[in-house]
Amino acid sequence: MHASVRQAVSVNITPPVTTGASRETAAPAAMRMTISNVNFWYGAKQTLFDINLGIATSKVTALIGPSGCGKSTLLRTLDRMHETVRNARLEGEILLDGKNILAQDVTLLRRRIGMVFQRPNPFPKSIFENVAYGLRINGSKIPIAEAVEKSLRHAALWDEVKDHLHKSAYELSGGQQQRLCIARALAVEPEVLLLDEPCSALDPISTAKIEELLVQLKDLCTIITVTHNMQQAARISDFTAFLLTGQLIEFSPTPQLFTKPSDPRTEAYITGRFG
Amino acid sequence: MNARLRWRKFVSNFMLTMTGVCALVSVAVLFFILGCLVYQGGTSINWDFFTKLPVPVGETGGGMANAIVGTGELLLLATLFGVPIGFFGAIYLAEFSGSTTAFVVRYAADLLNGVPSIVIGIFAYAVAVAPFKHFSTYAGGFALGMMMIPITLRSTEEFLLAVPRTLREGAMALGASKWKTIATVIVPAAYRGILTAVLLAVARVAGETAPLLFTAFGNTYWSRGLKDATASLPAVIYSYALSPYEDWHRQAWAAGLVLLVLVLVINIVARGILSRGISVPRS
Repeated sequence: MHASVRQAVSVNITPPVTTGASRETAAPAAMRMTISNVNFWYGAKQTLFDINLGIATSKVTALIGPSGCGKSTLLRTLDRMHETVRNARLEGEILLDGKNILAQDVTLLRRRIGMVFQRPNPFPKSIFENVAYGLRINGSKIPIAEAVEKSLRHAALWDEVKDHLHKSAYELSGGQQQRLCIARALAVEPEVLLLDEPCSALDPISTAKIEELLVQLKDLCTIITVTHNMQQAARISDFTAFLLTGQLIEFSPTPQLFTKPSDPRTEAYITGRFG
Repeated sequence: MNARLRWRKFVSNFMLTMTGVCALVSVAVLFFILGCLVYQGGTSINWDFFTKLPVPVGETGGGMANAIVGTGELLLLATLFGVPIGFFGAIYLAEFSGSTTAFVVRYAADLLNGVPSIVIGIFAYAVAVAPFKHFSTYAGGFALGMMMIPITLRSTEEFLLAVPRTLREGAMALGASKWKTIATVIVPAAYRGILTAVLLAVARVAGETAPLLFTAFGNTYWSRGLKDATASLPAVIYSYALSPYEDWHRQAWAAGLVLLVLVLVINIVARGILSRGISVPRS
């Protein structure tokens, strides 16, 4: 078993599958996204080196690593948010359902891949209008009120806000705002949801709520989350990728990465020797 | 030692008094002007002042209805001309331009802001009066509007740049194009600041006289339309104050009072809008 895992890690394209007491079934998971030979530069500075990674459909994949390791950068390439930064350059191939995202229309792509940011960033609009925003700008034909309710329920926020949907989103607490941002992303029914340290600005109770939410959301979409919190990755993810100085060091099913890491650097990181 | 301590205390008290007096004087100037205007012109302010035309020398009474309306028209035209240019220019600067272009445009706007208003007036005369061979409200609005462009541009740009980057990313991550992001998220987030900027620009040009002297010119009667010369409060103050008639002097004071109150009200409203904060909490 170990040999096969090692091999998978070295190839790094398919998430390895474990048997036994893991939260995975034995069958290999289908790939929603495939990242091949991705190199990335900010100006002259290379921040990602030859990344190969497969993102399993309807699973939670966590990207961990110390600050500046490139995990957020990698996440942002997946919906091409890196293009909003000047001098950013990407080489390699990123496939979504087998099609290269770099060759697609970027606005259509971003409707299929939702993103939630480090700090809650609701728009200066009402709670309702925040969730409806994606539907409105996309000229969606589905009834907006129903879609808003559905998204807020998925984000476990409906019961808290249903009586004041038309209040400003800024009247919500930080944790509620972040769940609102998740609802906003879910409203356009994305196939993939990217989260960039979604809990780093939140208190432990709000964090727990969002973690619980992410695990439930797996059924709706594929989730990729960046976190600097290893416990969080261990709690919620099915697969974990460990990055260090722009390189993918190890990519394994989460239980294995945290219990039997195959690379000494992973072990050093998860045991708290650095980072 | 004792003498030294007394000297120190003296210096301390002296400086405290002096700075306090200077602060008081700064504030007092405004109230002194206001008081002076009320004292000199307050008696001339009545219903007729706002509803009647000026009367010929020798007759008493009459008003400045034409100048008040004229100032309103001029400010409206100036806003219609200057604000869109400043606003869209600011959007270009804040959202699209490279740093070199932005620097050049900003610098030019600051220079334009510093151009003496009389020079703006001559320029407006050359391009908007001379070719048509007559003074007009349009020309006055054009001159004032030109002065509003840099004020609107610079402050709008600042308020747009103050909108957090995370909001832009939030919209773009949902598949909004750049224009849609600007129209549906960034401008709404900055609208209070932009509105304030526009109001302050209006207040700034409301009292300008020099650009109007040879554009809108002046008119003792109702202007026959925007193509005709029009009276305006600053120009009326200018010509009445220079006249030798006691009654006209009082009217000029009254016009000054009305103008000052107008500018103060615009300023207070603008501050009121802004003090409710820009609509986005800074993170």
